[in-house]
Amino acid sequence: MILQSLLVMLGLGLACSAVLAVASKLLAVEEDPRVEAVLEALPGANCGGCGFAGCESYAAAAVNDPNVPADRCCAGGAGTAAKVAALTGKAAGSAEPMVAFRRCAKTEGNVKKLYDYQGVPSCAAAKQLGSPDACGYSCIGLGDCMRACPFDAMYMAHGMVHVIREKCTACGNCVRTCPNHIMEIVPQAARVMVLCSSQDKGKAVTDVCDAGCISCMKCVKECPAKCIKLEGGVIRIDHAACIAYGPECQEVCAEKCPRSILRRLGATAEAHAHAHVEPQAEKEAVA
Amino acid sequence: MDYFLMLISAIFVNNILLAQYLGNCPFLGCSKEKGVAFGMGAAVIFVAVMATAFTWIMQKWVLEPYGLGYLQTLVFILVIAALVQFVEMFLKKMVPPLYKALGIFLPLITTNCAVLGIAILVQRKEFGLGMSLYYSFVASLGFTLALMLMAGIRERLVIARLPKSLQGTSIGLVMAGLMSLTFFAFKGMIE
Repeated sequence: MILQSLLVMLGLGLACSAVLAVASKLLAVEEDPRVEAVLEALPGANCGGCGFAGCESYAAAAVNDPNVPADRCCAGGAGTAAKVAALTGKAAGSAEPMVAFRRCAKTEGNVKKLYDYQGVPSCAAAKQLGSPDACGYSCIGLGDCMRACPFDAMYMAHGMVHVIREKCTACGNCVRTCPNHIMEIVPQAARVMVLCSSQDKGKAVTDVCDAGCISCMKCVKECPAKCIKLEGGVIRIDHAACIAYGPECQEVCAEKCPRSILRRLGATAEAHAHAHVEPQAEKEAVA
Repeated sequence: MDYFLMLISAIFVNNILLAQYLGNCPFLGCSKEKGVAFGMGAAVIFVAVMATAFTWIMQKWVLEPYGLGYLQTLVFILVIAALVQFVEMFLKKMVPPLYKALGIFLPLITTNCAVLGIAILVQRKEFGLGMSLYYSFVASLGFTLALMLMAGIRERLVIARLPKSLQGTSIGLVMAGLMSLTFFAFKGMIE
């Protein structure tokens, strides 16, 4: 009986393996080995910052589609771009290093509260009831962007989100997540930035916040490079033109801003660095 | 048994997951998002029906005539595992869209306990081939339903305020137990 069962299993196993062996030869699918190699070179965070569903679909597109550039991976930066370019035979390009930026200075502004939100701890859920702050363009502070960040580059402190510039890869997940649209991707080298996203007119802003941008247009008029514009109620800065103009203007826009909400980024970057000391502890407290 | 009664029985009364506790690994592992849960459910339906067909033929043509019934479990595992491997290769070559939808789930359910359980159950109940295929289809439909329900609940649970020790799999197991209890309300309605 033992012999019989042994033989049966042996025979069955052999038959199955024979079928699979033949099948693997007959049904083999030709796969471009470069896709695998490119995938290997990518960080594998599947953050979606490149605009594709994940690292795998970007790898396939980079190899097969000549129109997809090699430098789309923002998480990997220049190093990854060079590797992907070498593997796919495309120009490496020079992707400008970018970083996510929070356009809100709520803690300095005494933003009026509309109501005390006590529901599910999610900005999107709070936004369903209307923003808890009287300003509809403020940081709600419940951390949707922090949870969306695949790189652990955000933390909550004092009711607002903070970006850890060294960890941020500018994948844009926070930009897509924030229900108040206060996150923006800016070049790391950006010189000035407005810390407010309000699209409201000056009076409406001063009614609810002490810090917000009142769209007075002073910066637009002062900028010698003409790279600041008011679009849809929000100040937009053409960072490429601003950086190209150089430090000659001594950031006259920041100098002349009556609300001091258009700021030199060097200063804010330093303030951010100081705030880094205890991000872990505060993250725990929020969680 | 009436086909309709069989449907109700397999989906609600004797749900393969919640009343017979087969296939709990994908129940907890693939129930975090509804999309993934649906893909997994579809893959289980696909594989369970095919596996039942093959193992039924195996049982009637090989095991029974030669009195090898005691090797049933081993033979079924071997046959199903080889079949799933083969199907994976076949789909990759011949039906790429289907492979894209089910491909990642197929290796996961190579001789998954739900699939093997269905194949063995139809033998115990001594169904004919047609009935076996029908049973395997409705039973895996029940599996998909349970998986989708669980995924729906877990999508909500993610944003609930839970004590740290209960987050993730622990609350998943508690939920699975509660769902199983709910389905026990159907117990005894149909044999």
